[in-house]
Amino acid sequence: MNNPNFDLLMWARGPGFNIALIIMTAGIILRVVEIIILGRKKDIAPAKGSPVAQGMKTIFSRSLPRKGLVHYAPITYIGGYIFHIGFFIAFFFFAPHIAIFTDMLGISWPNASRVIIESAVALSVLALIALMYTRRTDPVRRALSSFDDYLVWVLSLLPMVTGYVAVNKLFGDPTFMIALHILCVEALMIAFPFTKLMHAVTFVMARYYNGSIQGRKGAKS
Amino acid sequence: MVDKPMLPELLKANGISRRGFLKYCASLTSLMALSPAMMPRIAHALENAPRPSVIWLSFQECTGCTEAITRSHAPTLEDLIFNAVSLDYHHTLQAASGHAAEAAREAAMKEHWGKYVLVVDGSIPVDNPGYSCIAGISNLDMLKETAEGAAAIVAVGTCAAYGGIPHADPNPTGAVSVGDIIKDKPIINVPGCPPIPVVMTGVLAHFLTFGIPELDELGRPKAFFGETIHDRCYRRPFYDKGLFAEGFDDEGAREGWCLYKLGCKGPTTRSVCATTKWNGGTSFPIQAGHPCLGCTEPDFWDNGGFYKPLSVPAGDYRKLGLAAVAAGAVAGVAGGALARSGKARAAAAHEKVDAHDLEKKS
Ligand code: SF4
Ligand code: SF4
Repeated sequence: MNNPNFDLLMWARGPGFNIALIIMTAGIILRVVEIIILGRKKDIAPAKGSPVAQGMKTIFSRSLPRKGLVHYAPITYIGGYIFHIGFFIAFFFFAPHIAIFTDMLGISWPNASRVIIESAVALSVLALIALMYTRRTDPVRRALSSFDDYLVWVLSLLPMVTGYVAVNKLFGDPTFMIALHILCVEALMIAFPFTKLMHAVTFVMARYYNGSIQGRKGAKS
Repeated sequence: MVDKPMLPELLKANGISRRGFLKYCASLTSLMALSPAMMPRIAHALENAPRPSVIWLSFQECTGCTEAITRSHAPTLEDLIFNAVSLDYHHTLQAASGHAAEAAREAAMKEHWGKYVLVVDGSIPVDNPGYSCIAGISNLDMLKETAEGAAAIVAVGTCAAYGGIPHADPNPTGAVSVGDIIKDKPIINVPGCPPIPVVMTGVLAHFLTFGIPELDELGRPKAFFGETIHDRCYRRPFYDKGLFAEGFDDEGAREGWCLYKLGCKGPTTRSVCATTKWNGGTSFPIQAGHPCLGCTEPDFWDNGGFYKPLSVPAGDYRKLGLAAVAAGAVAGVAGGALARSGKARAAAAHEKVDAHDLEKKS
Protein backbone atom coordinates (compact mmCIF):
# COMPACT_ATOMS: atom_id res chain seq x y z
CA MET A 1 0.00 0.00 0.00
CA ASN A 2 1.30 3.44 -0.91
CA ASN A 3 0.76 6.88 0.45
CA PRO A 4 0.49 9.12 -2.63
CA ASN A 5 1.47 12.15 -0.53
CA PHE A 6 4.61 10.44 0.69
CA ASP A 7 5.45 9.33 -2.84
CA LEU A 8 5.03 12.90 -4.04
CA LEU A 9 7.30 14.16 -1.26
CA MET A 10 9.95 11.61 -2.14
CA TRP A 11 9.68 12.53 -5.82
CA ALA A 12 10.08 16.20 -4.93
CA ARG A 13 13.07 15.45 -2.70
CA GLY A 14 14.58 13.05 -5.26
CA PRO A 15 14.14 13.24 -9.05
CA GLY A 16 12.24 16.54 -8.88
CA PHE A 17 15.06 18.26 -7.06
CA ASN A 18 17.68 16.73 -9.37
CA ILE A 19 15.88 18.01 -12.47
CA ALA A 20 15.42 21.48 -11.00
CA LEU A 21 19.03 21.64 -9.81
CA ILE A 22 20.42 20.63 -13.22
CA ILE A 23 18.28 23.13 -15.12
CA MET A 24 18.94 25.96 -12.70
CA THR A 25 22.68 25.39 -12.39
CA ALA A 26 23.32 24.82 -16.08
CA GLY A 27 21.05 27.73 -16.97
CA ILE A 28 22.74 30.22 -14.63
CA ILE A 29 26.24 29.21 -15.73
CA LEU A 30 25.18 29.33 -19.38
CA ARG A 31 23.84 32.84 -19.10
CA VAL A 32 26.70 34.22 -17.01
CA VAL A 33 29.37 32.70 -19.27
CA GLU A 34 27.57 34.04 -22.33
CA ILE A 35 27.48 37.55 -20.89
CA ILE A 36 31.16 37.44 -19.94
CA ILE A 37 32.25 36.08 -23.32
CA LEU A 38 30.25 38.63 -25.21
CA GLY A 39 32.16 41.23 -23.20
CA ARG A 40 32.41 44.95 -23.86
CA LYS A 41 34.54 46.92 -26.21
CA LYS A 42 37.86 47.79 -24.68
CA ASP A 43 38.06 51.39 -23.51
CA ILE A 44 41.49 52.54 -24.55
CA ALA A 45 41.27 55.95 -22.98
CA PRO A 46 43.36 56.20 -19.80
CA ALA A 47 41.24 55.80 -16.67
CA LYS A 48 40.64 58.99 -14.74
CA GLY A 49 39.46 57.28 -11.59
CA SER A 50 39.43 53.81 -10.18
CA PRO A 51 37.06 51.58 -12.15
CA VAL A 52 37.50 48.44 -10.02
CA ALA A 53 36.99 50.13 -6.66
CA GLN A 54 34.03 52.10 -7.93
CA GLY A 55 32.55 48.97 -9.51
CA MET A 56 32.85 46.98 -6.30
CA LYS A 57 31.39 49.82 -4.27
CA THR A 58 28.43 50.13 -6.59
CA ILE A 59 27.50 46.46 -6.14
CA PHE A 60 26.62 47.32 -2.57
CA SER A 61 25.77 51.02 -2.72
CA ARG A 62 22.90 50.45 -5.13
CA SER A 63 21.18 48.34 -2.49
CA LEU A 64 20.76 51.47 -0.40
CA PRO A 65 17.67 53.59 -0.85
CA ARG A 66 17.94 56.44 -3.30
CA LYS A 67 16.86 59.86 -2.14
CA GLY A 68 13.53 61.11 -3.37
CA LEU A 69 12.34 57.84 -4.82
CA VAL A 70 10.03 57.18 -1.90
CA HIS A 71 7.85 60.16 -2.90
CA TYR A 72 7.82 59.21 -6.51
CA ALA A 73 6.83 55.52 -6.14
CA PRO A 74 6.22 54.74 -2.47
CA ILE A 75 4.70 51.28 -2.85
CA THR A 76 7.30 50.05 -5.28
CA TYR A 77 10.02 51.51 -3.12
CA ILE A 78 8.90 50.27 0.31
CA GLY A 79 7.21 47.11 -0.94
CA GLY A 80 10.31 46.22 -2.93
CA TYR A 81 12.53 46.46 0.12
CA ILE A 82 10.13 44.55 2.36
CA PHE A 83 9.70 41.77 -0.14
CA HIS A 84 13.40 41.32 -0.80
CA ILE A 85 14.46 41.43 2.84
CA GLY A 86 11.60 39.17 3.93
CA PHE A 87 12.29 36.63 1.23
CA PHE A 88 15.99 36.70 2.07
CA ILE A 89 15.34 36.10 5.79
CA ALA A 90 12.87 33.27 5.18
CA PHE A 91 15.09 31.64 2.60
CA PHE A 92 18.42 31.87 4.40
CA PHE A 93 17.52 31.78 8.08
CA PHE A 94 14.89 29.04 8.40
CA ALA A 95 16.64 26.00 9.91
CA PRO A 96 15.24 23.40 7.48
CA HIS A 97 16.59 25.56 4.62
CA ILE A 98 20.01 25.92 6.22
CA ALA A 99 20.06 22.12 6.55
CA ILE A 100 20.00 21.92 2.74
CA PHE A 101 23.08 24.12 2.42
CA THR A 102 24.80 22.12 5.15
CA ASP A 103 24.11 18.89 3.28
CA MET A 104 25.16 20.39 -0.03
CA LEU A 105 28.20 22.47 0.89
CA GLY A 106 29.03 21.49 4.45
CA ILE A 107 28.47 25.02 5.72
CA SER A 108 26.08 26.24 8.36
CA TRP A 109 25.05 29.45 10.06
CA PRO A 110 22.69 30.45 12.88
CA ASN A 111 18.96 30.19 12.19
CA ALA A 112 16.12 32.46 13.23
CA SER A 113 13.09 31.55 15.32
CA ARG A 114 9.72 30.77 13.82
CA VAL A 115 8.26 34.12 14.86
CA ILE A 116 10.89 35.99 12.85
CA ILE A 117 10.61 33.69 9.83
CA GLU A 118 6.84 33.83 9.76
CA SER A 119 6.68 37.58 10.25
CA ALA A 120 9.13 37.97 7.38
CA VAL A 121 7.01 35.69 5.20
CA ALA A 122 3.77 37.46 6.08
CA LEU A 123 5.26 40.89 5.33
CA SER A 124 6.78 39.65 2.08
CA VAL A 125 3.46 38.26 0.92
CA LEU A 126 1.69 41.51 1.76
CA ALA A 127 4.39 43.42 -0.08
CA LEU A 128 3.99 41.20 -3.13
CA ILE A 129 0.25 41.80 -3.15
CA ALA A 130 0.76 45.57 -2.85
CA LEU A 131 3.31 45.48 -5.67
CA MET A 132 0.89 43.59 -7.88
CA TYR A 133 -1.78 46.15 -7.03
CA THR A 134 0.36 49.04 -8.29
CA ARG A 135 1.37 47.05 -11.33
CA ARG A 136 -2.26 46.54 -12.26
CA THR A 137 -3.55 50.01 -11.38
CA ASP A 138 -0.76 52.20 -12.71
CA PRO A 139 -1.39 52.38 -16.48
CA VAL A 140 2.28 52.87 -17.34
CA ARG A 141 3.47 49.92 -15.27
CA ARG A 142 0.61 47.87 -16.54
CA ALA A 143 1.55 48.56 -20.12
CA LEU A 144 5.17 47.68 -19.38
CA SER A 145 4.29 44.35 -17.74
CA SER A 146 4.80 41.19 -19.68
CA PHE A 147 3.91 37.55 -19.06
CA ASP A 148 7.36 37.12 -17.51
CA ASP A 149 6.51 39.63 -14.76
CA TYR A 150 3.32 37.87 -13.77
CA LEU A 151 4.94 34.44 -13.90
CA VAL A 152 7.77 35.56 -11.67
CA TRP A 153 5.30 37.09 -9.23
CA VAL A 154 3.35 33.82 -8.94
CA LEU A 155 6.52 31.74 -8.68
CA SER A 156 7.84 33.95 -5.85
CA LEU A 157 4.55 33.97 -3.99
CA LEU A 158 3.82 30.23 -4.05
CA PRO A 159 6.82 28.95 -2.05
CA MET A 160 6.07 31.47 0.71
CA VAL A 161 2.37 30.67 0.93
CA THR A 162 2.84 26.89 0.74
CA GLY A 163 5.73 27.02 3.20
CA TYR A 164 3.65 28.99 5.68
CA VAL A 165 0.72 26.61 5.30
CA ALA A 166 2.96 23.55 5.68
CA VAL A 167 4.72 24.76 8.83
CA ASN A 168 1.50 25.96 10.45
CA LYS A 169 -0.60 22.99 9.27
CA LEU A 170 -3.30 25.45 8.21
CA PHE A 171 -4.98 22.94 5.93
CA GLY A 172 -4.24 19.85 3.88
CA ASP A 173 -2.24 16.79 4.72
CA PRO A 174 1.10 17.83 6.26
CA THR A 175 3.12 15.50 4.02
CA PHE A 176 1.33 16.77 0.92
CA MET A 177 1.86 20.40 1.90
CA ILE A 178 5.60 19.90 2.41
CA ALA A 179 5.76 18.14 -0.96
CA LEU A 180 3.82 20.98 -2.58
CA HIS A 181 6.13 23.57 -1.02
CA ILE A 182 9.22 21.80 -2.36
CA LEU A 183 7.63 21.45 -5.82
CA CYS A 184 6.83 25.17 -5.88
CA VAL A 185 10.45 25.95 -5.05
CA GLU A 186 11.55 23.62 -7.81
CA ALA A 187 9.33 25.47 -10.28
CA LEU A 188 11.05 28.68 -9.16
CA MET A 189 14.46 27.05 -9.61
CA ILE A 190 13.62 25.90 -13.14
CA ALA A 191 12.30 29.31 -14.19
CA PHE A 192 15.18 31.16 -12.52
CA PRO A 193 17.76 31.35 -15.35
CA PHE A 194 15.21 32.10 -18.05
CA THR A 195 13.19 34.88 -16.46
CA LYS A 196 13.80 38.18 -14.71
CA LEU A 197 14.55 36.14 -11.58
CA MET A 198 18.04 35.93 -13.05
CA HIS A 199 18.59 39.45 -11.72
CA ALA A 200 19.43 37.82 -8.39
CA VAL A 201 22.73 36.81 -10.05
CA THR A 202 23.25 39.37 -12.81
CA PHE A 203 22.66 42.37 -10.55
CA VAL A 204 26.23 41.93 -9.38
CA MET A 205 27.60 42.12 -12.91
CA ALA A 206 25.33 44.95 -13.98
CA ARG A 207 26.12 47.08 -10.96
CA TYR A 208 29.82 46.42 -11.21
CA TYR A 209 29.77 47.36 -14.86
CA ASN A 210 27.86 50.58 -14.29
CA GLY A 211 30.02 51.51 -11.34
CA SER A 212 33.26 50.80 -13.15
CA ILE A 213 32.27 52.94 -16.15
CA GLN A 214 31.64 55.86 -13.85
CA GLY A 215 34.80 55.08 -11.93
CA ARG A 216 36.86 55.09 -15.08
CA LYS A 217 35.50 58.52 -15.92
CA GLY A 218 36.29 59.71 -12.44
CA ALA A 219 32.61 60.20 -11.65
CA LYS A 220 30.60 58.91 -8.72
CA SER A 221 27.96 56.28 -9.31
CA MET B 1 -7.86 -21.50 24.84
CA VAL B 2 -10.54 -24.15 25.12
CA ASP B 3 -12.67 -22.85 27.98
CA LYS B 4 -13.34 -19.18 27.48
CA PRO B 5 -14.16 -17.30 30.69
CA MET B 6 -15.88 -13.95 30.30
CA LEU B 7 -13.93 -10.84 31.23
CA PRO B 8 -15.25 -10.35 34.80
CA GLU B 9 -14.06 -13.84 35.74
CA LEU B 10 -10.69 -13.16 34.15
CA LEU B 11 -10.37 -9.92 36.06
CA LYS B 12 -11.18 -11.65 39.30
CA ALA B 13 -8.75 -14.47 38.62
CA ASN B 14 -6.02 -11.91 38.01
CA GLY B 15 -6.76 -9.89 41.13
CA ILE B 16 -7.98 -6.80 39.24
CA SER B 17 -10.57 -4.75 41.07
CA ARG B 18 -13.59 -3.29 39.32
CA ARG B 19 -12.18 0.15 40.05
CA GLY B 20 -8.98 -0.83 38.24
CA PHE B 21 -11.01 -2.11 35.32
CA LEU B 22 -13.03 1.11 35.09
CA LYS B 23 -9.86 3.14 35.24
CA TYR B 24 -8.58 1.18 32.30
CA CYS B 25 -11.86 1.79 30.45
CA ALA B 26 -11.49 5.50 31.13
CA SER B 27 -7.98 5.58 29.75
CA LEU B 28 -9.10 3.61 26.71
CA THR B 29 -11.92 6.10 26.20
CA SER B 30 -9.56 9.04 26.19
CA LEU B 31 -7.01 7.15 24.10
CA MET B 32 -9.67 6.55 21.49
CA ALA B 33 -10.53 10.26 21.64
CA LEU B 34 -14.11 9.49 22.68
CA SER B 35 -16.25 11.56 24.99
CA PRO B 36 -15.94 10.53 28.69
CA ALA B 37 -19.69 9.83 28.58
CA MET B 38 -18.87 6.79 26.46
CA MET B 39 -16.86 5.17 29.25
CA PRO B 40 -19.73 3.18 30.85
CA ARG B 41 -20.67 1.90 27.43
CA ILE B 42 -17.15 0.67 26.84
CA ALA B 43 -17.07 -1.03 30.23
CA HIS B 44 -20.44 -2.62 29.62
CA ALA B 45 -19.53 -3.76 26.14
CA LEU B 46 -16.20 -5.20 27.25
CA GLU B 47 -17.81 -7.07 30.12
CA ASN B 48 -20.55 -8.52 28.02
CA ALA B 49 -18.98 -8.90 24.63
CA PRO B 50 -18.80 -12.47 23.52
CA ARG B 51 -15.10 -13.16 23.29
CA PRO B 52 -14.49 -13.39 19.59
CA SER B 53 -12.15 -15.95 18.19
CA VAL B 54 -8.93 -14.39 16.99
CA ILE B 55 -6.63 -16.01 14.49
CA TRP B 56 -3.24 -14.35 14.36
CA LEU B 57 -1.12 -15.03 11.28
CA SER B 58 2.56 -14.09 11.11
CA PHE B 59 4.11 -13.82 7.68
CA GLN B 60 7.35 -12.09 6.61
CA GLU B 61 8.05 -10.40 9.91
CA CYS B 62 10.63 -10.08 12.64
CA THR B 63 8.28 -10.99 15.50
CA GLY B 64 8.79 -7.45 16.78
CA CYS B 65 5.06 -6.82 16.70
CA THR B 66 4.33 -9.94 18.73
CA GLU B 67 7.22 -9.12 21.06
CA ALA B 68 5.79 -5.66 21.61
CA ILE B 69 2.31 -6.85 22.45
CA THR B 70 3.51 -9.60 24.77
CA ARG B 71 6.04 -7.39 26.52
CA SER B 72 3.40 -4.96 27.64
CA HIS B 73 4.74 -5.65 31.18
CA ALA B 74 2.33 -8.44 31.96
CA PRO B 75 0.03 -8.76 33.67
CA THR B 76 -1.50 -5.43 32.80
CA LEU B 77 -5.08 -4.64 32.13
CA GLU B 78 -4.29 -4.23 28.45
CA ASP B 79 -2.89 -7.69 28.55
CA LEU B 80 -6.13 -8.93 30.07
CA ILE B 81 -8.24 -7.29 27.47
CA PHE B 82 -6.13 -9.11 25.02
CA ASN B 83 -6.78 -12.29 26.93
CA ALA B 84 -10.43 -11.45 26.81
CA VAL B 85 -10.47 -12.43 23.20
CA SER B 86 -10.03 -16.05 22.40
CA LEU B 87 -6.67 -16.32 20.70
CA ASP B 88 -7.11 -19.55 18.81
CA TYR B 89 -4.04 -19.48 16.63
CA HIS B 90 -0.74 -17.64 16.99
CA HIS B 91 2.19 -19.73 16.01
CA THR B 92 4.66 -17.87 18.21
CA LEU B 93 2.51 -18.01 21.31
CA GLN B 94 0.68 -21.31 20.98
CA ALA B 95 2.03 -24.55 22.35
CA ALA B 96 1.05 -26.66 19.36
CA SER B 97 3.24 -26.66 16.30
CA GLY B 98 3.29 -28.07 12.78
CA HIS B 99 0.19 -29.87 11.64
CA ALA B 100 -1.43 -29.79 15.07
CA ALA B 101 -1.27 -26.00 14.98
CA GLU B 102 -2.74 -25.89 11.51
CA ALA B 103 -5.50 -28.20 12.68
CA ALA B 104 -6.30 -25.70 15.47
CA ARG B 105 -6.53 -22.91 12.92
CA GLU B 106 -8.81 -24.91 10.68
CA ALA B 107 -11.00 -25.91 13.62
CA ALA B 108 -11.33 -22.29 14.78
CA MET B 109 -12.13 -21.16 11.28
CA LYS B 110 -14.81 -23.79 10.89
CA GLU B 111 -16.38 -23.13 14.27
CA HIS B 112 -16.45 -19.34 13.93
CA TRP B 113 -16.79 -19.01 10.15
CA GLY B 114 -17.78 -15.47 9.24
CA LYS B 115 -17.26 -14.21 12.81
CA TYR B 116 -13.60 -14.50 13.74
CA VAL B 117 -11.13 -11.65 13.71
CA LEU B 118 -8.03 -12.17 11.66
CA VAL B 119 -4.91 -10.41 12.91
CA VAL B 120 -1.91 -10.37 10.59
CA ASP B 121 1.63 -9.26 11.21
CA GLY B 122 4.24 -9.41 8.46
CA SER B 123 4.07 -8.85 4.73
CA ILE B 124 3.26 -11.36 2.01
CA PRO B 125 5.81 -12.23 -0.71
CA VAL B 126 4.20 -12.48 -4.13
CA ASP B 127 7.23 -12.68 -6.45
CA ASN B 128 7.51 -16.29 -5.43
CA PRO B 129 4.99 -17.31 -2.76
CA GLY B 130 7.41 -20.08 -1.78
CA TYR B 131 9.69 -17.50 -0.17
CA SER B 132 7.67 -17.74 3.02
CA CYS B 133 5.62 -20.77 4.05
CA ILE B 134 4.10 -22.12 7.25
CA ALA B 135 3.61 -25.88 7.46
CA GLY B 136 4.11 -26.01 3.70
CA ILE B 137 1.38 -23.46 3.02
CA SER B 138 2.48 -20.24 1.36
CA ASN B 139 1.66 -16.99 3.15
CA LEU B 140 -0.40 -15.92 0.16
CA ASP B 141 -2.59 -19.04 0.25
CA MET B 142 -2.94 -18.97 4.02
CA LEU B 143 -3.99 -15.33 3.99
CA LYS B 144 -6.57 -15.80 1.25
CA GLU B 145 -7.96 -18.91 2.86
CA THR B 146 -8.19 -17.47 6.36
CA ALA B 147 -9.44 -14.06 5.24
CA GLU B 148 -12.40 -15.64 3.52
CA GLY B 149 -14.20 -16.50 6.74
CA ALA B 150 -13.08 -13.47 8.76
CA ALA B 151 -15.46 -10.78 9.98
CA ALA B 152 -12.65 -8.24 9.82
CA ILE B 153 -8.90 -8.11 9.48
CA VAL B 154 -6.50 -6.18 11.67
CA ALA B 155 -3.15 -5.66 9.94
CA VAL B 156 -0.76 -5.16 12.82
CA GLY B 157 2.60 -3.53 12.17
CA THR B 158 3.87 -1.66 9.14
CA CYS B 159 4.82 -4.92 7.38
CA ALA B 160 1.23 -6.17 7.32
CA ALA B 161 -0.28 -2.73 6.84
CA TYR B 162 2.01 -1.37 4.11
CA GLY B 163 4.70 -3.94 3.30
CA GLY B 164 7.17 -2.51 5.83
CA ILE B 165 10.81 -3.50 5.87
CA PRO B 166 10.46 -6.52 3.53
CA HIS B 167 8.90 -4.10 1.02
CA ALA B 168 11.88 -1.71 1.24
CA ASP B 169 13.71 -1.02 -1.99
CA PRO B 170 14.61 -3.25 -3.88
CA ASN B 171 11.91 -5.47 -2.33
CA PRO B 172 13.59 -8.78 -3.20
CA THR B 173 10.59 -10.95 -2.33
CA GLY B 174 7.91 -8.77 -3.93
CA ALA B 175 6.46 -8.16 -0.46
CA VAL B 176 3.01 -6.58 -0.31
CA SER B 177 0.57 -5.64 2.42
CA VAL B 178 -2.63 -7.42 3.45
CA GLY B 179 -4.68 -4.67 1.82
CA ASP B 180 -2.91 -5.25 -1.49
CA ILE B 181 -4.31 -8.77 -1.60
CA ILE B 182 -7.59 -8.79 0.29
CA LYS B 183 -10.12 -6.39 -1.18
CA ASP B 184 -13.47 -7.65 0.06
CA LYS B 185 -13.08 -7.48 3.86
CA PRO B 186 -12.88 -4.57 6.26
CA ILE B 187 -9.21 -4.07 7.10
CA ILE B 188 -7.96 -2.00 10.02
CA ASN B 189 -4.32 -1.03 9.64
CA VAL B 190 -2.37 -0.58 12.87
CA PRO B 191 1.04 0.42 11.54
CA GLY B 192 4.17 0.96 13.58
CA CYS B 193 7.42 -0.91 13.69
CA PRO B 194 6.22 -2.22 16.04
CA PRO B 195 2.97 -0.48 16.99
CA ILE B 196 2.50 0.74 20.55
CA PRO B 197 1.03 -2.23 22.50
CA VAL B 198 -1.78 -0.16 23.95
CA VAL B 199 -2.73 0.99 20.46
CA MET B 200 -3.02 -2.62 19.32
CA THR B 201 -5.18 -3.54 22.32
CA GLY B 202 -7.05 -0.24 22.03
CA VAL B 203 -8.00 -0.96 18.43
CA LEU B 204 -9.14 -4.45 19.39
CA ALA B 205 -11.14 -2.99 22.29
CA HIS B 206 -12.74 -0.50 19.93
CA PHE B 207 -13.59 -3.24 17.52
CA LEU B 208 -15.21 -5.29 20.32
CA THR B 209 -17.23 -2.38 21.63
CA PHE B 210 -18.17 -0.28 18.61
CA GLY B 211 -17.08 -2.30 15.61
CA ILE B 212 -14.75 -0.90 12.98
CA PRO B 213 -13.33 2.48 14.09
CA GLU B 214 -13.26 5.48 11.81
CA LEU B 215 -10.30 5.06 9.48
CA ASP B 216 -8.14 7.50 7.53
CA GLU B 217 -7.33 7.10 3.84
CA LEU B 218 -4.49 4.75 4.74
CA GLY B 219 -6.82 2.49 6.70
CA ARG B 220 -5.60 3.63 10.15
CA PRO B 221 -7.97 4.36 13.04
CA LYS B 222 -8.20 8.14 13.21
CA ALA B 223 -8.26 8.05 17.01
CA PHE B 224 -4.65 6.82 17.07
CA PHE B 225 -3.29 8.21 13.83
CA GLY B 226 -5.07 11.53 13.52
CA GLU B 227 -2.23 13.80 14.55
CA THR B 228 1.44 13.95 13.70
CA ILE B 229 4.19 13.36 16.24
CA HIS B 230 5.34 16.93 15.57
CA ASP B 231 1.89 18.28 16.60
CA ARG B 232 2.24 16.74 20.05
CA CYS B 233 6.00 16.60 20.57
CA TYR B 234 7.26 18.04 23.83
CA ARG B 235 10.35 19.32 21.95
CA ARG B 236 8.10 21.42 19.73
CA PRO B 237 8.77 24.68 21.61
CA PHE B 238 12.44 24.28 20.68
CA TYR B 239 11.51 23.81 17.04
CA ASP B 240 9.48 27.01 17.21
CA LYS B 241 12.28 28.91 18.92
CA GLY B 242 14.75 27.63 16.37
CA LEU B 243 16.84 25.61 18.83
CA PHE B 244 18.14 22.40 17.28
CA ALA B 245 20.50 19.61 18.28
CA GLU B 246 23.16 19.36 15.59
CA GLY B 247 24.64 16.07 16.82
CA PHE B 248 23.82 13.32 19.26
CA ASP B 249 26.20 14.56 21.90
CA ASP B 250 26.32 18.31 21.48
CA GLU B 251 24.94 20.94 23.81
CA GLY B 252 21.60 21.00 21.99
CA ALA B 253 21.21 17.25 22.43
CA ARG B 254 21.96 17.55 26.14
CA GLU B 255 19.52 20.43 26.47
CA GLY B 256 16.80 18.37 24.82
CA TRP B 257 16.38 20.61 21.77
CA CYS B 258 14.48 19.69 18.62
CA LEU B 259 15.86 16.78 16.57
CA TYR B 260 14.77 18.06 13.13
CA LYS B 261 18.33 18.52 11.90
CA LEU B 262 19.18 14.97 12.97
CA GLY B 263 16.54 13.69 10.58
CA CYS B 264 13.36 13.68 12.68
CA LYS B 265 10.36 12.61 10.58
CA GLY B 266 7.86 13.72 13.23
CA PRO B 267 6.33 16.40 10.97
CA THR B 268 5.12 13.80 8.45
CA THR B 269 4.38 10.91 10.81
CA ARG B 270 0.99 10.20 12.31
CA SER B 271 0.99 8.34 15.62
CA VAL B 272 0.28 8.79 19.32
CA CYS B 273 3.89 8.04 20.37
CA ALA B 274 4.33 11.52 21.82
CA THR B 275 1.27 11.31 24.08
CA THR B 276 0.63 7.63 24.83
CA LYS B 277 4.32 6.78 24.80
CA TRP B 278 5.81 3.35 25.38
CA ASN B 279 6.33 1.00 28.29
CA GLY B 280 3.36 2.22 30.25
CA GLY B 281 3.88 5.87 29.36
CA THR B 282 7.57 5.90 30.27
CA SER B 283 9.13 7.38 27.16
CA PHE B 284 9.24 7.37 23.38
CA PRO B 285 12.11 7.56 20.88
CA ILE B 286 12.28 11.37 20.70
CA GLN B 287 12.30 11.58 24.49
CA ALA B 288 15.20 9.13 24.48
CA GLY B 289 17.10 11.50 22.17
CA HIS B 290 16.56 9.79 18.84
CA PRO B 291 14.72 11.35 15.89
CA CYS B 292 11.44 9.78 14.79
CA LEU B 293 11.95 7.34 11.89
CA GLY B 294 8.39 7.68 10.66
CA CYS B 295 7.64 3.97 11.15
CA THR B 296 3.84 4.30 10.96
CA GLU B 297 4.02 5.55 7.38
CA PRO B 298 4.20 3.50 4.17
CA ASP B 299 7.73 3.19 2.74
CA PHE B 300 9.29 4.75 5.82
CA TRP B 301 12.40 2.70 5.18
CA ASP B 302 12.94 4.52 1.87
CA ASN B 303 12.52 8.06 3.11
CA GLY B 304 15.92 9.29 1.98
CA GLY B 305 17.85 8.31 5.11
CA PHE B 306 16.86 8.26 8.75
CA TYR B 307 19.40 10.94 9.66
CA LYS B 308 18.75 13.25 6.73
CA PRO B 309 16.55 16.22 7.63
CA LEU B 310 13.15 16.12 5.98
CA SER B 311 13.93 19.23 3.94
CA VAL B 312 17.17 17.89 2.46
CA PRO B 313 17.18 16.40 -1.05
CA ALA B 314 17.13 12.62 -0.87
CA GLY B 315 19.03 11.76 -4.04
CA ASP B 316 22.70 11.84 -4.98
CA TYR B 317 22.51 15.27 -6.49
CA ARG B 318 26.09 16.51 -6.10
CA LYS B 319 27.52 14.80 -9.19
CA LEU B 320 24.54 15.95 -11.22
CA GLY B 321 25.10 19.51 -10.02
CA LEU B 322 28.76 19.43 -11.06
CA ALA B 323 27.83 17.95 -14.43
CA ALA B 324 25.30 20.76 -14.85
CA VAL B 325 28.02 23.34 -14.13
CA ALA B 326 30.23 21.79 -16.82
CA ALA B 327 27.38 21.51 -19.32
CA GLY B 328 26.29 25.07 -18.63
CA ALA B 329 29.85 26.35 -19.10
CA VAL B 330 30.28 24.54 -22.42
CA ALA B 331 26.92 25.75 -23.69
CA GLY B 332 27.74 29.26 -22.45
CA VAL B 333 31.06 29.32 -24.30
CA ALA B 334 29.37 28.06 -27.46
CA GLY B 335 26.52 30.56 -27.10
CA GLY B 336 28.95 33.39 -26.35
CA ALA B 337 31.14 32.50 -29.34
CA LEU B 338 28.11 32.41 -31.57
CA ALA B 339 26.99 35.80 -30.35
CA ARG B 340 30.47 37.23 -30.83
CA SER B 341 30.74 35.98 -34.38
CA GLY B 342 27.30 37.37 -35.07
CA LYS B 343 28.48 40.69 -33.70
CA ALA B 344 31.64 40.56 -35.81
CA ARG B 345 29.67 39.71 -38.91
CA ALA B 346 27.28 42.56 -38.27
CA ALA B 347 30.22 44.92 -37.78
CA ALA B 348 31.85 43.74 -41.02
CA ALA B 349 28.62 44.11 -42.96
CA HIS B 350 28.10 47.56 -41.56
CA GLU B 351 27.73 50.20 -44.28
CA LYS B 352 28.19 53.83 -43.59
CA VAL B 353 25.22 55.91 -44.56
CA ASP B 354 24.92 59.67 -44.51
CA ALA B 355 21.97 61.95 -44.85
CA HIS B 356 22.41 62.28 -48.60
CA ASP B 357 22.30 58.53 -49.09
CA LEU B 358 19.14 58.31 -47.08
CA GLU B 359 17.54 61.05 -49.08
CA LYS B 360 18.48 59.35 -52.31
CA LYS B 361 17.06 56.03 -51.15
CA SER B 362 13.72 57.37 -49.99
S1 SF4 C 1 6.33 -3.91 11.53
FE1 SF4 C 1 8.41 -3.80 12.32
S2 SF4 C 1 8.27 -4.84 14.30
FE2 SF4 C 1 6.46 -5.47 13.15
S3 SF4 C 1 7.05 -7.35 12.09
FE3 SF4 C 1 7.45 -5.66 10.68
S4 SF4 C 1 9.62 -5.18 10.99
FE4 SF4 C 1 8.94 -6.38 12.79
S1 SF4 D 1 11.88 16.50 17.65
FE1 SF4 D 1 10.82 15.98 15.73
S2 SF4 D 1 8.65 15.85 16.23
FE2 SF4 D 1 9.68 16.89 17.94
S3 SF4 D 1 9.47 19.09 17.42
FE3 SF4 D 1 11.42 18.42 16.59
S4 SF4 D 1 10.94 17.84 14.45
FE4 SF4 D 1 9.00 17.94 15.57
